[in-house]
Amino acid sequence: MNVSQLFGLTAAALVGLGVYGLIVNPQPLRKVLAFNLTGNGVFLACAVIAHRGAGAGMSGDPVPQALLITAIVVSFAASALAVGLMLRRFAETGTNSLAAADDAAPGEARTNAEAR
Amino acid sequence: MTTLALTGQSTPGGLLLALAVLLPFAGMLAGLAPGGRHAQRVAWATIVLGIGIVLEIAARLLVSGDALRYALGGWAPPLGVVLRADGLSVCMMLVVAVVVGAVAIYANGDFGTPPGTREARAPLAFWLLLLAVWGALNLVFVSGDIFTLYVALELLTFAGVPLVSLDGRAETLQAALRYLLYALIGSMLYLLGVFLLYGAYGTLDIALLAGRIGPGPLAWTAVALMTAGMLAKTALFPLHLWLPPAHAGAPAAASALLSALVVKGSWFVVVRLWVDVFGGMVGGSVAQLLAGLGAMAILFGNVVALRQVRLKLLIAYSTVAQIGYLFLLFPLAAQHESTRAVTGGLLQAISHASAKAAMFLAAGLIYSTLGHDRLADLRGAARALPMTLTAFALAGATLIGLPPSGGFLAKWLLMSAALATGQWWWALVMLLGGLLTSVYVFMVVVRAMEPAAPGWSPKKQVPRYQQFAVLGLATCSFLLGLAVLLPVDVAQIGRTVIPQAGMP
Amino acid sequence: MISAISVGIGILLLALALWTVVVRDTFAAVAGFIPYGLLLTLAWLVLRAVDVALTEAAIGAGLTGALLIRAASRLHPTETAAQAETPGLATRVAAGVAATAVAVVIALCLLRLPDPAPTLAPEVARHIQATGVGNPITAVLLSFRAIDTLLEAIVLLFGVVGVWSLAPDRCWGGRPGLAQAVGPNDILVYLARVLPPIGVVIGIYIFWVGADHPGGKFQGATVIAAMWLLVMMSGLRDAPPVSRRWLRAVLILGPAVFIALGLLGAVMAGAFLAYPDGWAKLWIIIIEAALLPSLAVTLVLLLIGPPQRPEVSP
Repeated sequence: MNVSQLFGLTAAALVGLGVYGLIVNPQPLRKVLAFNLTGNGVFLACAVIAHRGAGAGMSGDPVPQALLITAIVVSFAASALAVGLMLRRFAETGTNSLAAADDAAPGEARTNAEAR
Repeated sequence: MTTLALTGQSTPGGLLLALAVLLPFAGMLAGLAPGGRHAQRVAWATIVLGIGIVLEIAARLLVSGDALRYALGGWAPPLGVVLRADGLSVCMMLVVAVVVGAVAIYANGDFGTPPGTREARAPLAFWLLLLAVWGALNLVFVSGDIFTLYVALELLTFAGVPLVSLDGRAETLQAALRYLLYALIGSMLYLLGVFLLYGAYGTLDIALLAGRIGPGPLAWTAVALMTAGMLAKTALFPLHLWLPPAHAGAPAAASALLSALVVKGSWFVVVRLWVDVFGGMVGGSVAQLLAGLGAMAILFGNVVALRQVRLKLLIAYSTVAQIGYLFLLFPLAAQHESTRAVTGGLLQAISHASAKAAMFLAAGLIYSTLGHDRLADLRGAARALPMTLTAFALAGATLIGLPPSGGFLAKWLLMSAALATGQWWWALVMLLGGLLTSVYVFMVVVRAMEPAAPGWSPKKQVPRYQQFAVLGLATCSFLLGLAVLLPVDVAQIGRTVIPQAGMP
Repeated sequence: MISAISVGIGILLLALALWTVVVRDTFAAVAGFIPYGLLLTLAWLVLRAVDVALTEAAIGAGLTGALLIRAASRLHPTETAAQAETPGLATRVAAGVAATAVAVVIALCLLRLPDPAPTLAPEVARHIQATGVGNPITAVLLSFRAIDTLLEAIVLLFGVVGVWSLAPDRCWGGRPGLAQAVGPNDILVYLARVLPPIGVVIGIYIFWVGADHPGGKFQGATVIAAMWLLVMMSGLRDAPPVSRRWLRAVLILGPAVFIALGLLGAVMAGAFLAYPDGWAKLWIIIIEAALLPSLAVTLVLLLIGPPQRPEVSP
């Protein structure tokens, strides 16, 4: 087995672990963690592809590596937005759960919230 | 037989494609820096210019009869990124521009900065996010590279999620968080598909991939991953759970953008991939599965809509149902009837976009006038807002599929494609969906037309221009059926012949 | 033949990932995430992707880790409620099945990648002269696929707008984050006085050298952002109110210069984001120099969140 295959398997396992964490953990922050794990698995797969593309004097195919840098940065921004939503919701309600108890029953009037 | 647009040259006027994408973003920059009231004015200027650019692109497309193409940086694929606009892209760009314009007119009333404050949070955020959604969608429609498409999808998500939680209430924050999680998983699955395709075929360019791709485990996994990711973002049954609270909870103008436009972005990616990249490679059974989910969405969405107590939730569940129609085109396009199916699907997307935007805006006006949107107590709304209720009825007619609306023409094309390919069961589903939709549309209109309780007066006088905007949008969707009179099948411009690869 | 280090990294990665998913306490999970990120950096190095390793260490492990720690500590009061919510056995089994299926499919795909691997490295090598930079990744990011970098800067801006939109109405225009109360003799204050000048120089060096060697503006911007965060965390300087003109101007500077030079390229070199012959390196440096402060500010703003203290107007 060479390095590419080893990390390819690791990447697949990471994606699987991330998917498991996403489904099983009901709490948003843990889901964001699991999403990051899945993302890292995907990125590791891309790095494997880049490593296999070494040639022409370069140690790896530069195009997937450039894509990875973009993807890592975008993923951080996504985590930041998710954390912002969670913290704001916590500040408003004191909870951080996606449980259906928070969904207002359709008939309940939104008292003084003005729908724009 | 490949079209000229695949030979790697930029077509004249291709710069317009880059401008169509960058103008809204530049508008965002120009609006963010000075802030305050300037953001709205900059948004207005951007919309006017942007509509001009889209019209020019459409004119060039019709004149040349071929797709527009632009190699960014002067680099040709596989090294560089290409923007490509065919008939499908241009039709979507046109409807997006029209809906954005109408929503902007409407939002003048709801999201104007209050006098006396230099800058307020919700108006500034709304105008910036409006431009953000527009730019992101234009990029989705013209991107010719699957990784740039990923960035476009992320842009769309980042623009759409804050629109849901714009008013800051706890339920909308939860809805926005759920939407964000679904959308991020979708993007991650799509990205994995992108990497697998690059690892297998060495290019990210759509046109080159279409030539190099062939049946095999890597390609099939990529199809599955990318489609599944997009299904999560488009809220196709059974991944629709995030949509109703998100779209119903957002302010009316934001709901219009989300339901009408944002979900079309991820749907368009599926169409682009299946029609242009995966072509004849995808087996018929997978397409049947996709349409099966669409059928379940139509039935489930309409039935649940009937049981709703609030107007905005009813409209949101109606979106869940109408999204199902969009996926019926796939088994019909997999065979030689593809022109009718794709044109039908495109027309369905366009009519739904304009009709649903009109519906949500109308619901916003009704809420402002009545002070609530409970379906049981809509009486008096028609008397107070005659234009708005007419708009709602017209939009509903499009969703039901009554002639001469765009919805009618779309369903006609899809049904005839279904019958021609011997898949009559989809036609049955469409008829059933139309029937169910008509029930709740009539219910809303009839209830609103009941005379008001004596002594009742509107909570707020909504300005006429808002009602005009809503009526204009609904009339557009209602008259879209007249597109059958167009001399040329716009959706087919720039389409390449799908290679009839043998199914594995 | 793989070295023991690679196997070790792989095993540790999976172990830490499993820990992060399975452990009950949220803070413990986040605490496991940071060494996981650093191990991932080592994995990138083993796979010889040095620029990616730098980015992962800076943004993937560093900033994301800081972000999640901040979230976990602020959300600590919800911990008991969170631990009370446990999924049923049916969910766990279904999730396990789904996860295993996905992992197996992906593993099979990655093992069946074609040999010889299709690669764009020769294409890049053929055209890299025209870009004027020596680092092939910088060439891809800022010349061949410059649009992706431009869009990425805009995505970050979208993130800032989105995060800012989450402010309470009454706090709009105010300062992000909570006020820091740190004693004057705290070690943090000492570090905040000593480190930033060094850090800024290092950040600029990483950005500058990225043209020909591993490095670049993202990594450099993260170091500069970290310095500013240090200054804010120690209380030496407060976060600026979001209504400040200069803050907004710096935010838009990078993308604005990028778009402007792109349009200039359309006029002078025939295509949007094309560079005129011989001027490529200069233009790339101008774009990166404009992006560096924008990125640093953007990363800081994403981390510290929306305005939470109303600005007391003078």
